[in-house]
Formats: sequence, C-alpha cells, structure tokens
Amino acid sequence: MIRAFLKRVFLVDLFEGLRVTFRNQKPKYIYTEQYPAQRPKVAERYRGAPRLNLNPETGEPLCIGCNLCALACPESLIVMTSIRDEKTKRKTMNTFLFDTSRCMFCGLCEEACPSDALELTQDFELATYTREGQIWDRKMMEEGPKPTRYKC
Amino acid sequence: MPDATFLDSTELVLNMGPQHPSTHGVLRVILKLDGEKVLGTDCVIGYLHRGVEKIAENRTYVQFNPYVDRMDYVAAVSNSLGYCLAVEKLINVEAPPRAQTVRVILTELNRIASHLLWLGTHALDIGALTPVFYCFREREEILKIFENYCGARLTTHAFRIGGLQYELYEGFEQEVKAFCDMFLPKVAEYEELLTNNRIWVKRLQNIGILTAEECKQYGVTGPVLRAAGVRWDLRKAQPYCGYEKYDFLIPTRQNGDTYDRYLVRMEEMRQSVRIIRQAVEGIPDGPAIAKVPKVLKPPMGEAYVSIEAPKGELGYYIVSDGSTQPYRVRVRPPSFVNLQALDRMVRGALIADVVAVIGTLDIVLGEVDR
Ligand code: SF4
Ligand code: SF4
Repeated sequence: MIRAFLKRVFLVDLFEGLRVTFRNQKPKYIYTEQYPAQRPKVAERYRGAPRLNLNPETGEPLCIGCNLCALACPESLIVMTSIRDEKTKRKTMNTFLFDTSRCMFCGLCEEACPSDALELTQDFELATYTREGQIWDRKMMEEGPKPTRYKC
Repeated sequence: MPDATFLDSTELVLNMGPQHPSTHGVLRVILKLDGEKVLGTDCVIGYLHRGVEKIAENRTYVQFNPYVDRMDYVAAVSNSLGYCLAVEKLINVEAPPRAQTVRVILTELNRIASHLLWLGTHALDIGALTPVFYCFREREEILKIFENYCGARLTTHAFRIGGLQYELYEGFEQEVKAFCDMFLPKVAEYEELLTNNRIWVKRLQNIGILTAEECKQYGVTGPVLRAAGVRWDLRKAQPYCGYEKYDFLIPTRQNGDTYDRYLVRMEEMRQSVRIIRQAVEGIPDGPAIAKVPKVLKPPMGEAYVSIEAPKGELGYYIVSDGSTQPYRVRVRPPSFVNLQALDRMVRGALIADVVAVIGTLDIVLGEVDR
C-alpha cells in the first residue's frame, strides 16, 4: 500500500519509461538513409521495374513472342504483337507495351515467361511526370528506366 | 430530462473521419453526443471498397492470389495462406511438409509485424509517441526478411496454390533466429514503456468492455475474444499447416477491456516467437510445391477454410463451377466483423475513448471494405 503510494508520488512508472528512451539514444542506433545520394540496396529478388532481357552475346531479344506473360497477368496490362520471321520461320516479338501504372508487381508474368526474357528488376524509381510516361514501350523495356542521379 | 441547450437540442451529431488520424484508414464514424458522452455511433464504411470478391469471379484461381494481399495489407501473408488453403482444399492437394513449415514461420512473423503496427499506432492514438518508433524499427527487420524471401515487403504474394514459389534464400534460418533473439528483449522494453505507465493504464482500464457473451453474439474473434476469457484459437481448435506439432499457449485474460486486449496481444507476440523458434529448427527437406496442374480446374463444389489471422478468424469460402475461374469467392474478414462491436463498446463512454476503442479493435480498413 505504502509502496504503491510512494511509487505514485515519485513518478516511478514515468521514469521507468524515460529510462528506455534514454537507453535508445546511443548515437550508434541512429540510422538515416541519405536518399537520393545514397541508394538503398534492395533484395536480390526484389520485384521492381520490368525489363526485357537481351541475349548478352548477340544483343538479340530473348523474347520469343509467345504471349504467355500477357495471358498470365491478372491485370491484362501487357499487350504484345509478334511477327513471323521470314528467314528463320520463327515468331519474334514486334511491339511490347507494358502499363506500369496498373502493375501490382506480383511477379506472375515473370514466372510465366519460358525464356527468361521478362524480368522484374531491382530498379524501383518509376515515377514519371505524365500518365502516358507510365506506359512503357519495347525500347523502354529493353533499356530500363533512367532516373536522375544526383551528386552530393 | 436533461436541460435543453442551444435550440432546444441536447444531442450533438459529430462526424469523426473519414480522414481522422485515429481511424487507421478511411472510416467515418457518426457520433451522437451528449456533451462528452457518446449516446450512439454509426459507422459508414466503403471508402476503400474495390470489389475484391467480384474481381475474383473474373480471374483464374492463380491470378486472384495477389489480390488477397490487398485486403489486410498489414498481414498479407496470412491472407495469402487462407486463400491458398481454401483452393488446395477445393482441388484436394496438400502442400508438402517443407512448404507447410515455411508457411508457419512466415505467417507467425507476419503476426508479429501486424501486432507491432497495431501497438505503435494504438499507443500513438492514446498519446504515447515513443513506442511507434521502436515498433517500426523491429517491424523493419521482419519486412527485410520478407523482401529477401519473396521480393516484396507489404503485398508479398509469398505463397502459391500447392506450396511455395520461392525457395528459401541463403541465410534465412540465421536471419529468423537472429530476429527471435533480438525481439524478445524488445517486447520487454515495450512493456516497460507502457504496462505500468499511469496514463496508459488510466486510459485503457475498464474502457470498451466486451464480455465473452457479447463477443459470441457479435461473432467477434481473435485477441478481442481471448481478452474476454474465451480460449479459442483456430490454430489449436482446427489446426492447419501442422500447427498441432508446435507447443504454444493461447494467452487469455478475464476482463475484456482495452487493457486486457493489449496484454493479450503482447503475450501473443511472445508465443509467436516460440512457434517460430520451434519451426525454424526443423525445416524438412523436400519439394516446396506440390504437383498442381498448370491450368487449374477444380471440380464442381465448394470449400470453406478459416485460419487464425492476426486480427481474428479469416475465412475464405470458394464455390467452383468446374471452370478455371471461381464462381463465387466470399471472404470472412475479421476486421469487418469485429468493427460491429464498436457501437456496443463505446456507448456511454467518453468521446476520447472512441479513439482508444477503434485502436484496440485493430481494424484495417482495406479488409473492412474489401
Ligand atoms: S507483375 Fe503482375 S500485374 Fe504486373 S505485369 Fe506482371 S503479372 Fe501483371
Ligand atoms: S512470356 Fe516471355 S517470351 Fe513470352 S511473350 Fe512474354 S516476355 Fe516474351
């Protein structure tokens, strides 16, 4: 009874809490990320900006124009056309439109791709000034986004 | 008969929300007040309605999987687990043991993440500014594990029908174990900050009491029910994913007030760590995903599976008409059902308690409105 009363008078409960806050004030606990000068390192499996990979040796697109990614996407946001190559008699991708504004980065398209052409990369800076800029064409998909790099 | 005041009216109708900082989303509560006393409430929901259940009818079973993450976005992994289990029941497939163990680890981590977010914002509503920083610091560690595992932090899309899409990454076990070791002292730290704090106790004790009987009438589940003294946890009552193998307790309290709900959730975090520790010790080898046909065509029929999500019973009812798309998907979201009890809990209380009670119900409006 008296103990409880004294505890109340001397604000023991409040000082206990303050002790925790002071314990956490060590400078080594402070962590600030200096974005955009310092970019966060995202995980290897991060699902970010889409990219159409090229064959590293020949520079030819890996995409075989099978349309499976477009079928797998729940949002149906991939629209691609293919043409038949007269020489090799194989289908090749002609145009590729990817609407990043509707994409939820679920990764189903990437999983459906049989030739590892479509990949969700570690780029995460997708903001554009216009709504139309969110719709990426084949060129953009092959080159990837080019966010401004700041020197600090 | 109370004294008539301005224009002969004694009641004041006040809008709280839709963008009130304490409503954790876009919820509008119409309060009928007599001075500071709440005479009644009326919840207006639907601001975040996206028609998830209708979307399901136009997607294949595999395609609908990422959408369930967007209902309770704080506990996306639990949502995914519930949906995958329901479809697995429909097509009569069971995930391999390896997948089940990993599922348990990830959902328990998600339970901790969800409770941490709840604790931080609930304390913030009451006026304790500090815990939210600490909670988010620890939650960050969990989100990092999610990001390393499946590439996304919040809307994870971690599980697939039949098992797991992603194999565990190098160092997963060590990271999870390190998190467990790091986390238990932190829970003690939160308790040190709050449990005995006089403001915290005064604001929470005997506020928003919901008895066991009333909980059952309203269909309230989860920590709210357990704080009223009912030992009901679907992980024990109808074990799924091999929960029967793990040794853990169901924390309960007797009074059913806001303070007890706080204590129950704190204890639940400790029990989750206990489950994770047991699970991570023995992740069996083997395939991560069962054999599931590429084009999923469940036989005609229906399935209902419910799991213990961080907020209560999360159920998925799926009707199949034999085609590639579900005929109907109905979600039983814990937040939606728990929110019903708000009126009962705040009637007769003061207006400041409404904030505390909304916080303690731990609702996520994405799930209430779907
Ligand atoms: S990540 Fe998902 S939503 Fe985005 S394009 Fe691929 S399948 Fe469609
Ligand atoms: S699935 Fe892959 S190969 Fe097929 S069209 Fe899409 S990107 Fe090209």
